[in-house]
Order: sequence, then C-alpha cells, then structure tokens
Amino acid sequence: MNQRRVVIVAGAIVGALSIILVATGNPGNMGICVACFIRDIAGALGLHRAPIVQYIRPEIPGFIIGSMIAAMAAGEFKTRGGSSPLLRFVLGFFVMIASLVFLGCPLRMVLRLAGGDLNALLGIAGFAFGIWIGTLFLKRGFTLGRSTAMHKGNGAVMPLISIALIALLVAAPAFIFFSETGPGSMHAPLILALLAGIIVGVVAQRSRLCLAGGIRDLILIRDPHLFNGFVAIFAVAALLNLLTGRFQFGFDGQPVAHTDGLWNFLSMSVVGLGAVLLGGCPLRQCILSGEGDGDAAIAFLGMLVGAAFAHNFGLASSPAGVTGAGKAATLIGLAVMLAIGYFGAVNAVDALSTVGGGKKTAGGSR
Amino acid sequence: MATQVDARGLSCPQPVVLTKKAMDSITSGEIEVLVDNPAARENVARFARNAGCSVEIGEERDGSYVISISKAGRKS
Repeated sequence: MNQRRVVIVAGAIVGALSIILVATGNPGNMGICVACFIRDIAGALGLHRAPIVQYIRPEIPGFIIGSMIAAMAAGEFKTRGGSSPLLRFVLGFFVMIASLVFLGCPLRMVLRLAGGDLNALLGIAGFAFGIWIGTLFLKRGFTLGRSTAMHKGNGAVMPLISIALIALLVAAPAFIFFSETGPGSMHAPLILALLAGIIVGVVAQRSRLCLAGGIRDLILIRDPHLFNGFVAIFAVAALLNLLTGRFQFGFDGQPVAHTDGLWNFLSMSVVGLGAVLLGGCPLRQCILSGEGDGDAAIAFLGMLVGAAFAHNFGLASSPAGVTGAGKAATLIGLAVMLAIGYFGAVNAVDALSTVGGGKKTAGGSR
Repeated sequence: MATQVDARGLSCPQPVVLTKKAMDSITSGEIEVLVDNPAARENVARFARNAGCSVEIGEERDGSYVISISKAGRKS
C-alpha cells in the first residue's frame, strides 16, 4: 500500500473508532480526545480534584502501546532524546491548557465539526492561524536542536507507565479517583477502549498521522499528504454520525463545548503554534513517545501537568464558557510560545553548523 | 561535489525545510540528505519527488539513511 493510501486508511479507521467509542459510552463528540483523556487521567491520579473529569482513559496507554508494537515490528523503535526537553515540557504544558480552554485537542476539534458542532470552525481557523505563525518560524530556521540516541532504559518508561495505568484501571484501588457524574463517568467498556487505543496507536504510527502536520505541510510545502488523513477522519466520522443520528448541526447545546468564538479561535491558535514548535499534535506526541522518543515523552508529561494546572486553577473552560483565568493563561501561553519560536529561530545557526560538501549548506555535520 | 544536508535528530518538518533550502540554493546538481528516522526519510523523499527531482534512498547505516536527490537543470 502506498503512503498516501496508508494515511487515508489510518484517518478513516481513527474516524470510525471515534464514533464507535461514543456509541459505546464515551462523551459526545469525544470518541477520542487526547487532551481530554490526559486531563481525565490527571484527575484519576489525583493531580487535580475536579470531580467530573477523573478516569483512567485506556485509549491513551493504548496509543502508546500500539505505537510501540508497530514501531518494533517495523524496526523503527529507537530510544532518542535531548532536543530541548524543558522547552518541550513548557510547550506541552501550554498546548494542554489552551486545548482545555477550547475543550478538545486538534483531533476532537475535527470530531466536533464532524458531529455538526460549528464552534469547531472557529477552532480550526485559529488552529490554522497558529500553524501559519509556526511556519514563519520554521522558514527562519526554527529548531529545538537535535535529538541523539539515548540509553535504552529511556525508551521503556512510557510503555511501562502505560502498563501501570492499565493495571491501576483494572485494579481500581481506592486512591484512584473515578468520576460518578459528568464526562469522566462516561466511557466505553475498558477492553473496547483499550483495543481501539492500540489500533489507533498502530495505524497512527505507520501513517505518521498528525493533525497539525496536515495543515502545516499544506502551508509550508503545499503537500496535502497528511491533510488527507485529516479529511478522512472528518469524512468517516461525519458520515457515521449522520447514519447513526448523532449529527447535530449548530452552535448551541453541543456536547462538552462552549460558544465563545473569540476564545475558541485564540486557544486553538496557541495549540496550533505549540504543535508546530513541538513537531506534532498531541496525538503525534503520544505516538512518538511510544516509539522511544524521549522528547515527545517529556511533552506528554508537560501535557499531564498542564491538565492538572488547568483544573486546579480554574483555567479549563466548561459548557458555561471560558474563565477569566483561562483567557489569561491562553495569552501567557501565546507569549511564551512566540518567545520560544523567536529564539529557536535566532539560535538556529548555532544549532545547525553550516559545513558540508565544501560549500555553505542548510545543515552541516553535528 | 554533492551538497550535503545533515538533518539527523531534527523534528518534523525541519529535515524537509533544510532540504528545500538546499534545493533552492542550487539550479541543478546533487544533494545528499542525511536523516535518522523513517518518517523524515519518507517526508524528504516525497518532497523531492513532488518537486520533480529523482530520488534514491541508500541503505541504512548506523541508524541513518542517505537520501540522494538529483535536481535537473530547470527551475522547479
């Protein structure tokens, strides 16, 4: 199968599984939401105490384990890291907070639109705008520096955390929090959700599916390759929503969403910019972390901590709307990312020495 | 001599951005791009093919791949 078909099939599978997960218990338009699910895991572990969003979502460890299996089978598992881990933590932190101001990661943004939630249109516009800003930095040579091979033990951490999370979910000890009402209480059966997660992990690893990459490559190099996956997710999810009577067209009364257009736009701008600087959307960070990419794992941990902050300090939105603190955090996130983008571009010359082939080139030896 | 681009260890899409810069800097000739992960290998190869260049991917060596790109004389 050629690469183009792989990414379309992967998108179609992700779209279909998302609707199956909603049909079997996940919250509306939330078959898969990397941000919401990491937020629920943070809550289940007691890192935040918002009682309605606490559950160990098995989809997330599924993504990581599925990616690990696919990468190992293809000989692509490689323990690596060391490309500005702390900056990646900060980027992951603010990507999460901004996602929770919008109420969804880029994948859920597409799923929301596929469910008829028109608020997602402003999110997509903002997301594309943030990505466009990111491409300006990329064109100026933005980089967080090179990663290098690392001790194999690093690559085992995320798969082991994933297994531990599944064990905690199955054992359900008293110190783990499980929502009794609200989105956290709504979930597909454990085995189904875990299997779906693993399948998504496998197909996303093979296809390199990335929601941010789709729009980024369209803008930067006019390549629709990854965007095809984006479209496939939307098309299949929208079709299945229509067929199963889940499609609900409009702005008001959408599941786990608010109607504040300006902040839907701005928050997803921050997510888009952050995703470009990280080199991929939250789903892609999970997938890379399963392949042995320690930098993506740090971004994941930044997202986990960001989720805890979002609910401990009232930054996350709710269907009632955006909070003042959430608006402030979004703007702070934007400022931090612009600074990281600017200095990452300014320092690009240092990071990539210009030696090679006897003439000045874009990249040199390490 | 071929223009060389070392894109090892760089996140998406920096290998492609560097390749594009190298391709834009010459009117014709060879470019060798060194990458160390399969996603970058696919992205760089696809980008060069889409730009009308011929592409050859070398064997994996120490976890890295050399992508040889030949740019023909015309402006792409």
